[in-house]
Amino acid sequence: MTNQTQWSRTQKRKESLMRLLFTGSASLVSLVIFSLILFVGYQGVQTFRNIPAGEFFLSTDWTPSQNRFGALPFLCSTFLLTLLSVALAVPLALSGAVFLAKIAPRAVREMLRPAIDLFVGIPSVVYGLIGMTVLVPLLAKLFPGTVGYGILPAALILAVMILPTILSVSEDAIRSLPQRLEEASLALGATRWQTIRRVLIPAAAPGILTGIILGMGRAIGETMAVYMVIGNSPQMPKSLLDSTTVLTTAIVKDMPSTFYGTAWNNALYLMALVLLFISLLLILIIRMAAKRSELS
Amino acid sequence: MRMSRLTDRLATCFFWLAGCLIVLLLGWFLFKIMVEGLPQFSWHFLFGKPEEILAGGGVGPQLFNSFYILFLSLLFSLPIGVGAGIYLAVYAKTNRFTGLIRISVEALSSVPSIVFGLFGALLFVNWMHMKFSILGGSATLALLNLPVLVRVTELAMRAVPVSYWEASLALGSTRWQAIRRAMLPSALPGLITGVTLTAGRALGESAILIYTSGLSVSRHFPDFNPLAMGETLSVHLWYVQAAAVVPDARQIAQGSAALLVIVVLIFNLAIALPCRMLQKRLTGGK
Repeated sequence: MTNQTQWSRTQKRKESLMRLLFTGSASLVSLVIFSLILFVGYQGVQTFRNIPAGEFFLSTDWTPSQNRFGALPFLCSTFLLTLLSVALAVPLALSGAVFLAKIAPRAVREMLRPAIDLFVGIPSVVYGLIGMTVLVPLLAKLFPGTVGYGILPAALILAVMILPTILSVSEDAIRSLPQRLEEASLALGATRWQTIRRVLIPAAAPGILTGIILGMGRAIGETMAVYMVIGNSPQMPKSLLDSTTVLTTAIVKDMPSTFYGTAWNNALYLMALVLLFISLLLILIIRMAAKRSELS
Repeated sequence: MRMSRLTDRLATCFFWLAGCLIVLLLGWFLFKIMVEGLPQFSWHFLFGKPEEILAGGGVGPQLFNSFYILFLSLLFSLPIGVGAGIYLAVYAKTNRFTGLIRISVEALSSVPSIVFGLFGALLFVNWMHMKFSILGGSATLALLNLPVLVRVTELAMRAVPVSYWEASLALGSTRWQAIRRAMLPSALPGLITGVTLTAGRALGESAILIYTSGLSVSRHFPDFNPLAMGETLSVHLWYVQAAAVVPDARQIAQGSAALLVIVVLIFNLAIALPCRMLQKRLTGGK
């Protein structure tokens, strides 16, 4: 503390100015998320002036031209699509994470890891295009009588999209475990597979869970790739290959035909608010998982 | 005993298989995009103007808009993101305010891009009367970049050995001088890597831009007017597939996809990789 007295006046003034700037930008980040919740929330809640909450959340009839706004099909499809894509991605992503963390030779790992990170950066429209030009025709051929659009191709594309996210977070979790866990298990005579299954994966579980939830968040919020393969009919899907709509694609699809301030437009903001709450909830779950792993 | 050795062998085989499957999947993906997209490339496709009804439109203005919007969005978000990152890495004490900032960053990074898009449409397009414009799009995109930049900056600053910080303070520097003269220069490679990866992701973003920067391009090219409509390359890819009437929509989409992937590859290989190597050398090969 004594050296503070030796700072010149310019130094002091600059120091406090910069400190103010840094604190200010940090506060601004907070301000952004709060105004986001506030504005989207305000606009979304306006919906309830025209549409009862019961209709919005429980009716399956989405016919805006006749003022019927039932968003239940979108909610259900979002839920189903997310679960299916995570279920498809997790086994492969987790195996890949174990492979990279514990089995692959160093050279293989050093080549693969950046390659996998690269795939997180590939634009979602590109994934969507591949789904549309390759996957949809393939599914239509495999399942005659369908056109190939629906939840199944969307889930497959999403699974590929979230695979790198789940994989890299899980791999980090496994690699950051203390070496002694593995050594102790091997010294007790366990094989590598037994060590992985009984020691490493359980110990890395909170980190793996974080990866899965991050992937889930990405799947729920993904818009463009899903839009290109899901068919976009506002109805409950009767099968996995039946055209349907999720929350994100409903917003994209209906936005151009609505005017600011109408019930229809507000209903879209309400959907955005639902998405916002789901993603905030996922963040809370990640925080809780992190806290639990700190305790143990 | 023999049983467990056998399962161990089987498990090892299984994990190798899984690894190969992932590589094949990703490799096939890249291959498919390139094989279908590269033949569409021509001087006219890359730099020409798009067509409304006829075949043979280019993506020149869209390519230009992509980089212009990216540049503007980084211009808005870099100072704030880096500032907040420095705050978290250097100044933050463990108190309520820091906790609030941290949870805000996490929450912000989990917000789906379409929600940002609606927020931007509400705030910038409607209330601030920017209409569908390059400015509105880049302001919204800046919000998406913000949490990533904060995290990247914090990580890069924390990777600098604490001794630099201490030595600088011990020589009588203020904290700001230590940040500017000692911390930032050695955090720079990590920072550039992070910003590049952020930029690559922002470049491919589309859901956020449809209702903030619009679906058509200015008649002039290149048009630097930030209040002009600014459809980007990824939005164009989606738009030609979803709504356009041009007969070669599919070819344009495939060409645009390959172009997008190439740009992301260049961002990764040409800037991020050398920086990572440089950083390794600076921090002693960790």
